Amino acid sequence: MSCDDKVDCGRRRLLVATSVAGGVAGVAAAIPFVSSFAPSERAKSAGAPVEVDISKLAPGEMMTVEWRGKPVWIIHRSKEMLEGLTKVADKVADPQSDRPMQPVYTKNEHRSIKPEYLVAIGICTHLGCSPTEKFKTGAESGIDADWQGGFLCPCHGSTFDLAGRVFKNKPAPDNLEIPPHYYLSDARILIGEDKKGA
Amino acid sequence: MGASSAEKYKSDGTTAGNLLEWVDARFPLMSLWNDHLAKYYAPKNFNFWYFFGSLALLVLVIQIVTGIFLVMHYKPDASLNASGVPVAFASVEYIMRDVPWGWLIRYFHSTGASAFFIVVYLHMFRGLLYGSYRKPRELVWIFGVLIYLALMAEAFMGYLLPWGQMSYWGAQVILSLFSAIPLIGNDLATWIRGDYVIGDATLNRMFSLHVIAVPLVLVGLIAAHIMALHEVGSNNPDGIEIKKKKDANGVPLDGIPFHPYYTVKDIVGVVVFLTAFSIIVFFMPEGGGYFLEFNNFFPADPMVTPPHIAPVWYFTPFYSILRANTVNFFWIDAKLWGVIFMGLGVMVLFFLPWLDRSPVKSIRYRGPLYKGALAIFIVAFFILGYLGMLAPTPGRTVVSQICTVIYFLFFLLMPIYTSIDKCKSEPERVTG
Repeated sequence: MSCDDKVDCGRRRLLVATSVAGGVAGVAAAIPFVSSFAPSERAKSAGAPVEVDISKLAPGEMMTVEWRGKPVWIIHRSKEMLEGLTKVADKVADPQSDRPMQPVYTKNEHRSIKPEYLVAIGICTHLGCSPTEKFKTGAESGIDADWQGGFLCPCHGSTFDLAGRVFKNKPAPDNLEIPPHYYLSDARILIGEDKKGA
Repeated sequence: MGASSAEKYKSDGTTAGNLLEWVDARFPLMSLWNDHLAKYYAPKNFNFWYFFGSLALLVLVIQIVTGIFLVMHYKPDASLNASGVPVAFASVEYIMRDVPWGWLIRYFHSTGASAFFIVVYLHMFRGLLYGSYRKPRELVWIFGVLIYLALMAEAFMGYLLPWGQMSYWGAQVILSLFSAIPLIGNDLATWIRGDYVIGDATLNRMFSLHVIAVPLVLVGLIAAHIMALHEVGSNNPDGIEIKKKKDANGVPLDGIPFHPYYTVKDIVGVVVFLTAFSIIVFFMPEGGGYFLEFNNFFPADPMVTPPHIAPVWYFTPFYSILRANTVNFFWIDAKLWGVIFMGLGVMVLFFLPWLDRSPVKSIRYRGPLYKGALAIFIVAFFILGYLGMLAPTPGRTVVSQICTVIYFLFFLLMPIYTSIDKCKSEPERVTG
C-alpha cells in the first residue's frame, strides 16, 4: 500500500495493525466452536473392551457383538471354509493383508490369531454399510458359480471372502478392519484391546 | 441502489397517506416496492417455465412454517426410551399419531422436501432451455447453484432426524464419503460425526444445522439470488435483452411491471401447485416410497444394514455417479474417484456460464447440436436417477458408467459444440 499526500500514514498503519490483530482474534475465537465438533470425553470413554464367550459357536456359524457402536463379527470357520480362502487368493485385492487394516498379529492369510476364528468389524470399508453374509457356496449364493462363501455389501456391491478380504475391482478399497483382540481363554475373547506385552 | 435517487412518498392528506409518508421518510419502503415489484419490468413473454421461481419461494415458506411447528414436538435424542425405541424415532411417531393435526404438518414438511426439489429441478432446467445463466446473469446462476448445494445439505440433514433405518444408514454412507479423503479423511469423518459411528452427537448437530444454520444460509442466498436478478433483469424465452429497446421514459418496450402482472399470474401457478401438492399430501404422502422410503419406518439399528440402501430420489443421479466408479487408477482408490466425480458433478454447474459459447441464448434459436446434446443429457440424468434407486448389478453399473460419461461430456464438450452449432438469428423484439 502506497501512502500519498492525502493519507495520514501513521493512522493508516495503525488501522492495518488493529485490523490484523482483530482478524487474528476472530480466527482464534473459532477454535472452541470447531473443537466442539470432536468426539466428547463421554464418547471417547464409551469405547471400553467387550468380552465374548465363543464356546457355543459351531463351525460354519457366525455371531455379532457390539463394540464402540459397531458390529463385530466372530466367525467359526469350518475346514471347507478355510480351504476356500486359498482358492480365492488370486481374486482378492490384498491377499497377504499388506495394507494396515489389522493388528500385526493377524497379518496372515486367514487374518486371525487362530485360523478357525475370524474376528472382524462388520462395516464395509467403502462407505460404512454392514455387509450381509453369503455363506452358501457356488451358484446357490446368487453371486457366481465359483463363490467360496463370504459377504456381500448391499449398498454398492463390494464382496469379501471369509477372511474379510475384499475382491478385486469392487468399490471398497480395503479389507475389513480387524479390531485389536486376544484370547482370555480358549472360549473367551476380549475385543478392543491388544494382549498386554504382546 | 436506486433508493437515494427515488422520490419520497408525498401524502395525499388522508390518514393512511400521512402514515405512509411518515414511514417512507424513515425507511425505503416505496423504493423497495418500486425496485422489486411495481417498477421492476419483466419481459412480457414469460411462459409456463417461469412459474417455478416463485413456487420455490412458496415451498420455502411452507418448509419454514411447518418446520417451526415440528420442532415444538420433535426430540433429537438417539437414546432408547422405556420401550426400547429411539426417542427421536418415537417423537416422530408421536407427532404422527398423538399431536392434533401433527400428521398433516409432518406430511406437509416431508412431502414439501420432494416438492422443493421438483420445483428447483424444473427451475434449473428452464435456465438450460433459455440460457438464463449467460452474461450478464452469471452471478444469478452461481447464487442459484449455491442455493441448490445448501438445499441438498438441508435435505440430507433433515432426512436423518426421524432416525429410521434409512436415515441412519444413508447418513452412514454419505458421511463416510469424507473418510475417502487421503490422510485427514478418517479424522475428518469422526469430527463431523462427533463419534466413531453415527450416534446421538451426530443427530443433535444435524438437528441444529437443519433448523438454524442452513435455513439462515438459504434465506441469505435467496436474497442474493433475487437482488442479482433484479440488478440485471430477467431473461425470457427468446433469450434477448429487453433493456436494449426502451421507450422515452427508460422503460423496456417489451417489459411489464412485475406487480400487478406477474404477481397475479403467479397466483394462478400457486393455486395449481397447491392443488397438486395437497392431492399428494392427502392421498399419497409417502410418494409410493419415493418421498419417504419404507425402510425408514423401522427405527435405526446400528447392527443391521437394510438389504438395500438408496437415497431419496433427488440425490440418486449423483449417487449413481458415485457408484459408477469401480476401478482404481492413477494410484487412487475407486472410492475416492467416486467421491471426486460426485463432487465434480455438482461443481461443474458453476462453470456453465463460461462453457457455453453459443451466439444465442434460447433453445428457440439454437442449432441441432445443442438441442441433441441437451436431450441426451436429460435422458442420461434420468437414467442415472433411476439406477440410483436400484441395487447395483454388473449390467446396471456399466449403464451408469456410460451415463456418467455422458453427463460430464455434456459440460466438457459444450465449448466445442455450442460454438460450431448452426444457430438461427435472434429476433429484435420478443415474440409472443
